[in-house]
Amino acid sequence: MTTNGWLQFGLFSAILLACVRPVGAYMARVLEGQGTWLDPVLRPIERLIYRLSGVKSDEEMNWREYSFALLGFSAVSMLMTYAIERLQLLLPLWNPQKLAAVGPDLAWSTAASFTTNTNWQSYVPESTMSYLTQMVGLAYHNFGSAAVGLAVAVALIRGIKRTESKTIGNFWVDVTRSFLYILAPACILYALVLVWQGVPQNLHAYTAATGLEGTAQSIAQGPVASQEAIKMLGTNGGGFFNANSAHPFENPTPLANMIQMLSIFLIPAGLTYTLGRMTGSPGHGWAVLATMFLLFTVGFSVVYWAESHPHDLIHGAAQTGSLTAPAGNMEGKEVRFGIASTSLFATATTDASCGAVNGMHDSFTPLGGLVVLTNIMLGEVVFGGVGAGMYGILIFVVQAVFIAGLMVGRTPEYLGKKIEAYDVKMSMLYVLIFPLIILTLTAVFLLSPTIGLPSLNNAGPHGLSEILYAFTSAVGNNGSAFAGLNANTWWYNVVLGWAMLAGRFLMIVPVLALAGNLAMKKSVPPSPGTFPVNGAMFTVLLTGTILILGALTFFPALSLGPILEHLLLKSGQLF
Amino acid sequence: MHSIWKTSIRFTVVTALLLGVAYPLVITGMATALFPRQAAGSLVLKDGKVIGSSLLAQSFTSDKYFHPRPSAAGNGYDPTSSGGSNLAQSNKTLVTRIQGDIDKLAAANPGKAVPIDMVTTSGSGLDPDITPDAAFYQVARVAKSRGMSEDGLHELVTRQVTGRQLGILGEPRVNVLELNLELDRAGISR
Repeated sequence: MTTNGWLQFGLFSAILLACVRPVGAYMARVLEGQGTWLDPVLRPIERLIYRLSGVKSDEEMNWREYSFALLGFSAVSMLMTYAIERLQLLLPLWNPQKLAAVGPDLAWSTAASFTTNTNWQSYVPESTMSYLTQMVGLAYHNFGSAAVGLAVAVALIRGIKRTESKTIGNFWVDVTRSFLYILAPACILYALVLVWQGVPQNLHAYTAATGLEGTAQSIAQGPVASQEAIKMLGTNGGGFFNANSAHPFENPTPLANMIQMLSIFLIPAGLTYTLGRMTGSPGHGWAVLATMFLLFTVGFSVVYWAESHPHDLIHGAAQTGSLTAPAGNMEGKEVRFGIASTSLFATATTDASCGAVNGMHDSFTPLGGLVVLTNIMLGEVVFGGVGAGMYGILIFVVQAVFIAGLMVGRTPEYLGKKIEAYDVKMSMLYVLIFPLIILTLTAVFLLSPTIGLPSLNNAGPHGLSEILYAFTSAVGNNGSAFAGLNANTWWYNVVLGWAMLAGRFLMIVPVLALAGNLAMKKSVPPSPGTFPVNGAMFTVLLTGTILILGALTFFPALSLGPILEHLLLKSGQLF
Repeated sequence: MHSIWKTSIRFTVVTALLLGVAYPLVITGMATALFPRQAAGSLVLKDGKVIGSSLLAQSFTSDKYFHPRPSAAGNGYDPTSSGGSNLAQSNKTLVTRIQGDIDKLAAANPGKAVPIDMVTTSGSGLDPDITPDAAFYQVARVAKSRGMSEDGLHELVTRQVTGRQLGILGEPRVNVLELNLELDRAGISR
């Protein structure tokens, strides 16, 4: 670990925290339907979208209508992506490499993956997906799934805020306004900054080059910057290239890298302020932010510490570092980022459900890998995905308030709403579905020598971690991987596709049900017995709830994977 | 129910045209106008022919050039198959590979510890950079092969070191292709 590494962490944190308030306040204005300075340009486009798609923008929806609209949009757009992948060779546009049609199982897992904001990739994009597929099939979903996440988050916040109301907003309006006022303008600026730093943006065929020593290279390119911007800002994470943000064309400089890391957390962090502002309890928003930031800091510290360590069984190399060379584990890491920026990126991308990587997690030390895996297992609530992190942590807030209520023997209240059996059931459903699917599927694939194990790239406990990581990443809608695992097989593609859909929609529907139920309740004035949801005490309680519900569930599985691997490696055992 | 499907289809088509087609095309137009070199992939030309991209590593094996990090992209430095080795720290194959490479380098350059980036594959397999230490480590070999003085070459390498961006971000590094081009230029002008 170096002073400079910690300075980079400090700089990252300072910029992030400085952005929370302005970003959060702006998003609150957008999502509450108030005017913004972009109105003169965007209002006409907004109205045009409503007119062309037949949306009645002043109609409010109850939670069931909201859910059906969300599921309808997701199903139709997923089907569109599946069709484009299957037909890319026949479609006349933007396929200069003449890439063949994507097979049915891979097209299914990819369509599910991008619809659910997961962006798990079983394929090598630069030799599989045409530019048309990348732009319309994949990058479009990067916008769509992020906007859906924002919509669900704001619907839940409305549920908390409204009293005796049957409705929680209009899904189409929430998605359209997220597209137009938040995601698109930011991405235009962001993409151009990336091009300035070196990210390509063209529709040319790959360039044939002959190197200085005469070796031929086919330089894969494409509309990279436009996809890169929304990939990061929407916490999607699906790379234009196989190496993702480790690829110099996706992430060419340390500055581009810093901007990418900040853009992972920008919207999720801002939403904590949006929450405080829309519910009129700014202190609560700050307490939620403090919880997230605490868990993030601990995660980064452990990854950075672990990755800075030399490999005990390698001799004769300079692994301790100097001013002109980084120390520690450089397998799968890029020189321009070094250990610190790679550890920071890895922590951020797994805390949020982004899943982009700027170094290969599979080659991390066992303890570094343990942290990134655990980050996903906490339920993607440490900042979390765009919107998904907010509704995810609010579920844990309900649990925390419920536990506090049990301890003092009172009916729990949350921001003036009584938390009753139905609310706790819905939030428990959310909490239980997650580990149930992950652990069941991991067990099935681990026990199957024909469909599960042949895909492994590493033996021993790390092999178990590869399968555990795959299903955790899929159900958590993260999308990063211990990428040695060959997931491009019929069984993995099909099952991972279902796992991603379950991890998204089986969790969104209980959230919307909770939103609908909360919106119908009367407001109760706070009494001396009300447990406060701001301040240090609440932050500690919420952190504890996340760790107990999230991490302890998975502890037995983790002890067979990364923990065992660490202990055996320390005693000199290789596989 | 019927109207939800209809709205979903119309909404998907309209927004896909806006965000999936118009947005990337607008960015392509703006990028080409503002930053034509970067937008086209930072290609490097020599005598009118493309010899590579300054952002991507390419294979160098002869003694007269500086070598990049080993690559796990395809069969090595393949931009159509980027990626890392994905070998675990506990994998025998990884430890054997790294130790073998260290021993080979150490035999040719005894007495100096091998910079760890010279024996580890990068995340992309296309890492265009090596650490300054890894460049200095190769000075003796390149100088001998080109009949240059080690001190002169050391100086040339020092000039090619890119510091941390804005003084704080990332790590110091040397771009191997640019260093080798500079090396060829220095040879011609001598």
